[in-house]
Amino acid sequence: MEYNPITVTNLNKYIKSKIDSDEMLNNVLVKGEISNFKNHYTGHMYFTLKDENSLIKCVMFKTYTTHLSFMPKDGMKVIILGSVSVFERDGVYQVYAKAMKQDGLGSLYEAYEKLKAKLSGEGLFDESHKKKIPFMPKTIGVLTSNTGAVIRDIINVSTRRNPNVHIRLYPVPVQGAGAAEKIAEGIEFMNKNNLADVLIIGRGGGSLEDLWPFNEEIVARAIYNSKIPIISAVGHETDFTIADFVADLRAPTPSAAAELAVANIDDVKSTLFLYNTRYKNALKKKLQLMRLSYEKCMARQAFKNPTQKINEQYIVIDMKVKAMQNKIQLKLKEERTKFIKQVSKLDTLSPLKTLARGYSIVTDSSNKIIKSVKDLKEDQNINIRLADGEKQAKVL
Amino acid sequence: MEEKKEELNFEEAMKQLEEIANVLENGNLSLDESVNKFEEGMKLSKKCNDFLDQAEKKITMLINDGEEIKEENFVPKAD
Repeated sequence: MEYNPITVTNLNKYIKSKIDSDEMLNNVLVKGEISNFKNHYTGHMYFTLKDENSLIKCVMFKTYTTHLSFMPKDGMKVIILGSVSVFERDGVYQVYAKAMKQDGLGSLYEAYEKLKAKLSGEGLFDESHKKKIPFMPKTIGVLTSNTGAVIRDIINVSTRRNPNVHIRLYPVPVQGAGAAEKIAEGIEFMNKNNLADVLIIGRGGGSLEDLWPFNEEIVARAIYNSKIPIISAVGHETDFTIADFVADLRAPTPSAAAELAVANIDDVKSTLFLYNTRYKNALKKKLQLMRLSYEKCMARQAFKNPTQKINEQYIVIDMKVKAMQNKIQLKLKEERTKFIKQVSKLDTLSPLKTLARGYSIVTDSSNKIIKSVKDLKEDQNINIRLADGEKQAKVL
Repeated sequence: MEEKKEELNFEEAMKQLEEIANVLENGNLSLDESVNKFEEGMKLSKKCNDFLDQAEKKITMLINDGEEIKEENFVPKAD
């Protein structure tokens, strides 16, 4: 009898055809923990799926990896849908994964939805309860891990926006057992000791399990009860935790939280400068308006030639004085004519004319005119007045 | 640990600055009032500026060990 061996290739081909024809292996749903995970640059993923006692090689080609909603990593518990087949070259059988989801998340999602509904019903997410984030907080409290990118990002963004900012880190674990309690304790501690004007609580991206502390009731209630306004920044933009709903403000990322908490000092300064400019311009305008109305006022006749009115008055006065003078002059003339007339009249009536005609007037020593001889006595001194003078005489 | 309460409410101050600007730009004030408002505004904006300049950069980490509050300077480690 002669040996009739088959080749290794043929053997593997045979095994492959056996396995491929098995319906169960064509469409298998298997759960386990990922290890030896390699994300190849071609986009394919190679890893081992294991449980306590056994392991199996797995590969997930790029066609399928692009549909993954998470990045698998070592230690992650997953459920894989795929087929088992043989890689003939190496003579190994492995799972060709088509889809993968995280195992154990079903209960977490359920818990998340349940708590969300409960807290929402209690009003913990109400807009009316949300506090305003102060515009220029003096101290920014940060509750996150003291290692890793989150605190670094927050410090970088904050100090870039305001070089003089005060950041007060309260380090807390942001994943794993007990993290939620520590976070809640931190919020209460900051409040009790009034250590910040605004709080940022957050962590970087991760699996739903990683983010879980921020989905716990104790954290939600601590946020709700905080008197200090809280900005939440948990995971990536697409991650929504219960903490995000309760927080006064949700930031998509820790960097964004820093931007929301810290005003850009350059902007503030230029705003302040703008106000100064506005004030100066407003006052300048006011002064211009005042000048304009002043000039308008001064342009009026009274101000332009203030003596004109006076001069006009002077002219009036002068004219009046002149009229008065004329009137007086006229009166004087009239009076003078009248006077001359009177004088000439008087002249014609004057006794001196009579004297010139040869009459005389006799008066006694007391200058009394003697009109009768009976008034004359012997030896009496008399005065005789003639036209050209007087002479004393004695009665015989 | 006790921090002196800063009198200046920055947000309030910014609101006031805006009001002053509006009143001034409205131009309905007398010259005296305008000058007063102008001075008030300039003083307030200087106060705000001083507030910004006076703040001091501090990155600290709190250490909560029971009752006592400790605080120390914090420098983030590089990865």
